Amino acid sequence: MSDEIRALTARLADEPTSLAFLELAEALRRRGQYDAAAKVARGGLSRYPGLADAHDLVARILSDQGDLAGAFDAWADALRLDPMRSSALKGLAFLYYRAGEAPAALEHLARAAEADPDDAAIPVAIARIEQEVGGTRTSPQVAIELSPTPASPPDAPSAPPPMQPVSPPPAPARSPSAAPNDSPFADFSEGERGLLLADANGLRLGGTLTAPGGGEAGDRVAAELGGVVREAGRASRLLGLGSWHSIAIETPAAFLVLVPPSGDTVLLASREPSMPMARLGLLAERAARMARRWLERGR
Amino acid sequence: MSPEAMLLDRVTRVPGVRGALLASAGDGLVVAEQLMDGVDGRAAAALAGALVGRLLRTTAAAGLESPLFVHLRAEEGSLLAAPATGDLVLVAMVGPDANIGLARLEMLDAAGRLG
Repeated sequence: MSDEIRALTARLADEPTSLAFLELAEALRRRGQYDAAAKVARGGLSRYPGLADAHDLVARILSDQGDLAGAFDAWADALRLDPMRSSALKGLAFLYYRAGEAPAALEHLARAAEADPDDAAIPVAIARIEQEVGGTRTSPQVAIELSPTPASPPDAPSAPPPMQPVSPPPAPARSPSAAPNDSPFADFSEGERGLLLADANGLRLGGTLTAPGGGEAGDRVAAELGGVVREAGRASRLLGLGSWHSIAIETPAAFLVLVPPSGDTVLLASREPSMPMARLGLLAERAARMARRWLERGR
Repeated sequence: MSPEAMLLDRVTRVPGVRGALLASAGDGLVVAEQLMDGVDGRAAAALAGALVGRLLRTTAAAGLESPLFVHLRAEEGSLLAAPATGDLVLVAMVGPDANIGLARLEMLDAAGRLG
C-alpha cells in the first residue's frame, strides 16, 4: 500500500462522513485497484447521493472496469445534478463515440467546450470526430483524447490504461439500416411513424421518431431509453409493485407509451394528444407483439 | 392542515390510492407525505424522482416539453407522478384496482395549484 493510499485511508477512518472518500477512491482508481475504488466510492455515494463529484467518480471507475452502461448512468446522474459538468459531458461523449453515435458525441463535446473553454483537448476531439463522420471505424486516438479518465501515474506500472483502444462499435442484433425493408413494424397497419424499438444498451433497433421541429430524434431517444428501463425496473421492484408493464407519459405536444416487448428491449409509441392515452396503450401493445415476433425471427 | 397536506388529502381520497407525497425530484427528499402503513415514502420519493429525471431527458431528446403526468403500470399496482413547479414532483402509489383516471385528474389539479 502506498503512503498516499495509507494516509487517505487513515483520514477516512478518522472522519468517515468527510469527503475524503473522493480522494481515496480516485487514488485507488489511478493505481488500477478498481474493485477497492468502487467500494470506497459507492460508500461515499450512499452518504452523498446529491454530490455530482461522487457520481462522476463512480462513472470513471465503472468505465475503467468496462461497465459502460453503468458508467453512462452515473455520468447522466452527475449531469442531472450539475448540467454543465465538463467531465461528465466528456464521459458521455466518449461513450456515444464508442457506440458509433458521432452526432451525440459531438453534441456533448460542444456543451463540454462551453463549460470548459480552456480544455484544449475538446476542440481537438471535435475536429477529429468531424473528420471521421461518414467513416465506419472509430479511432483509438479520438478515444484517448476523449477519455475522461486520466492516465495512470508512472508509479503504477501494473495498472491498465484507462481506456483500451476501441474496436468498431458492435452492431445491434438486427439493424434496420442494413436491410431497409426489414423493419419490425413493416406490417404494422399504421406504419412505423412514431414507433421506436431500442435495446437495453440504448441502441435503436428499428422505427422512426420525428421531433416536432422535423429532425429525426430516434437515436437520441433510444440512447435515453436504456436508463429509463433500468429506473422503471428498479422503482417497480423496490416499491413491491412487481415487474412493470408500461409507462405512459403525457407532454403538451405528444403522448408517449413505453412497453417492453422482451426483457432486453423497449418499444416507444408516440402520437399527438388527440389520440386518447388508453388507445395509444393498445396501439403500443400491438406494436410490441409485432416487435416480439420480429425479434424471435432474428434470433 | 397545510396547503400541501390538503392537496395530498384530495389525492389519497381516490379509491385505491395507497399514499401520496410531494418530493424534490433532484435529491428525492420528501416535502410532505400522506401514506398508508407499509409504504416507504423516502424510497418512493427517491425512485420516482430518478424515473422522472430519466423521462425528462427522454422527452428533451425527443424535442418535447417536460412531462405533465407519468403512469408506471406494474403487476401489483402503479406509480403515478405529476411534476409540479420548480423541482417538485407529486407522487402517488396506487393498487391494481385504483381509479387511475380520477387520481390523474386530482394530481394534475394539485400540481397546477402548487405552481
